[in-house]
Amino acid sequence: MKRVAALALMAVLVSRPGFAQFDLTGKWASRSGQDAQERGPGPDAVDYTGLPLSDEGRERALSLDYSLLSLPEGQCGYHTQFYIVLGPFGLHVWNEFDPVSARVVAWKIGGWVDRDVTTIWMDGRPHPSPNAPRTYSGFTTGRWEGDTLVTTTTHMKADMIRRNGAPVSDQAVLTMYFFRHGDLLTIRAVIDDPVYLAEPLVRSRVWALDRDGKLNLGNGVVSPCEPIAELPRADVTGLVPHHLPGQNPFVNEMTEKYNLPREAVLGGPETLYPEFRKKLKGYVPPAVCKRYCGCEGLGVPCFQDGSGVAR
Amino acid sequence: MSAHVLLVVAAIGLACPTFAEAQGRAAGPGRGGAAQTARASAPIELTGYWVAVVTQDWRWRMITPPKGDYASIPITLEAKKVGDAWDPARDEAAREQCKAYGAPALMAVPTRLRISWADDNTLRVETDAGTQTRDFHFGDWKPAAGPPTWQGASTAAWERPRQARGVTPAGGSLKVVTNRLRSGYLRKNGVPYSADAVLTEHWDLSTDPRGDRWITITSSVEDAKYLREPWVTALNFKREPDGAKWDPTPCSAR
Repeated sequence: MKRVAALALMAVLVSRPGFAQFDLTGKWASRSGQDAQERGPGPDAVDYTGLPLSDEGRERALSLDYSLLSLPEGQCGYHTQFYIVLGPFGLHVWNEFDPVSARVVAWKIGGWVDRDVTTIWMDGRPHPSPNAPRTYSGFTTGRWEGDTLVTTTTHMKADMIRRNGAPVSDQAVLTMYFFRHGDLLTIRAVIDDPVYLAEPLVRSRVWALDRDGKLNLGNGVVSPCEPIAELPRADVTGLVPHHLPGQNPFVNEMTEKYNLPREAVLGGPETLYPEFRKKLKGYVPPAVCKRYCGCEGLGVPCFQDGSGVAR
Repeated sequence: MSAHVLLVVAAIGLACPTFAEAQGRAAGPGRGGAAQTARASAPIELTGYWVAVVTQDWRWRMITPPKGDYASIPITLEAKKVGDAWDPARDEAAREQCKAYGAPALMAVPTRLRISWADDNTLRVETDAGTQTRDFHFGDWKPAAGPPTWQGASTAAWERPRQARGVTPAGGSLKVVTNRLRSGYLRKNGVPYSADAVLTEHWDLSTDPRGDRWITITSSVEDAKYLREPWVTALNFKREPDGAKWDPTPCSAR
């Protein structure tokens, strides 16, 4: 009987977050009242507003023809861990314990349809050699700073920092800061890329503890993917969709839709700071919103998508 | 002593920190001693100059979005009716250019912050954009009678990390609750909040690998009249070495 009682008590203890400063385990539903178009239907083709792109990053971004993803080798890729703060989905977090010390060995953040599982190693293991292969997941370690979980991710494949081709290289390092306040979880992510960013890109996103477990996890951990040839032209073999320098047909789209100067549309570190507004003095917005206006679900016709038709 | 008993004792010993943890997130200045002021007991240093770095919702923050653009805000139909009737010229004529600079919207405005202690129990946050002032009152503070204001009445408390194995880690955060607001806009294009709105914020500090210090403000606006659910955002400010770029500018309705 004593053995049973002791085992039961140990089981209760093991269910605690170990010696973490707060418990991450559970399901977290997306609660961000930010970036609706970017997280949902997707950004406009050439919308680099708010991105500290370097000149190289901008040129790389403008070269992307999204039909590139129609190539078989482009269809089953994942996004890297930075997509945690870009994507639309909730988080499912669990942990793994050392059975002897009851310490957390790793936190696990479940994957989505297009992002692999995040494993945050908490046991002090080193990052791999700089020459080790890159993966979409990369390699992540974590540590507590006060009541903040700080993680560092290296060894990620090259990917996008916005779903329109704004690039990040395989040299990037991702640092994430996890703050918990009651039922809210905030992650501030900083991605530092010496190749395509002129300064680190910082983004934040909020989730709320989902006690009912009804959150959208993006179709679970792994979705089967069967690549097939979906080339935009059947009459050309070996086609690699791209835009040559200076020939991106969408470069004026944001200017035409929102009256924005191209300098703002193309991003860059100077565009992120309040003083840039002086260059926008005299800006006149379009008279009325006619795309992605955020008014769906109210029972009245509105421009809820990009069709230009109020539904 | 049998192995079973030892196991139980060890388990209870390990369990002890949970009782401390239950107390651990106690808020308010009292934990360091009843006489300690909020300033003296501050677990994090927020004073100084900070700049908003607009990497999210750039098109909704750096410029005025078009009328009827409610993206990312869980508005009610009533809010849509108000927003659809937005007229900046009318606001200018009524001298209400600061309607988009009230507390629920202010931290999303591209601005610099100057944070200082107005007194030992009042943390002051000023913005150069719109030249607004928010006062965060710690302790047993009661707002003075009078009409509601753009920045409302803010009560504040420090939150500290809970104990783990009897040790309280360094650091902490600031919780601020603001009410008694004059109705205004959540966004420049007239998305409304009512005088009954309540803003709850958590201010966290962190330091980048490059050594830059940042404030992350997680905020939740609750407003039964104009919001279907709380509007939750997280905004980032980077520390600046001094006030060289401090540039006071008046409110603008456009």
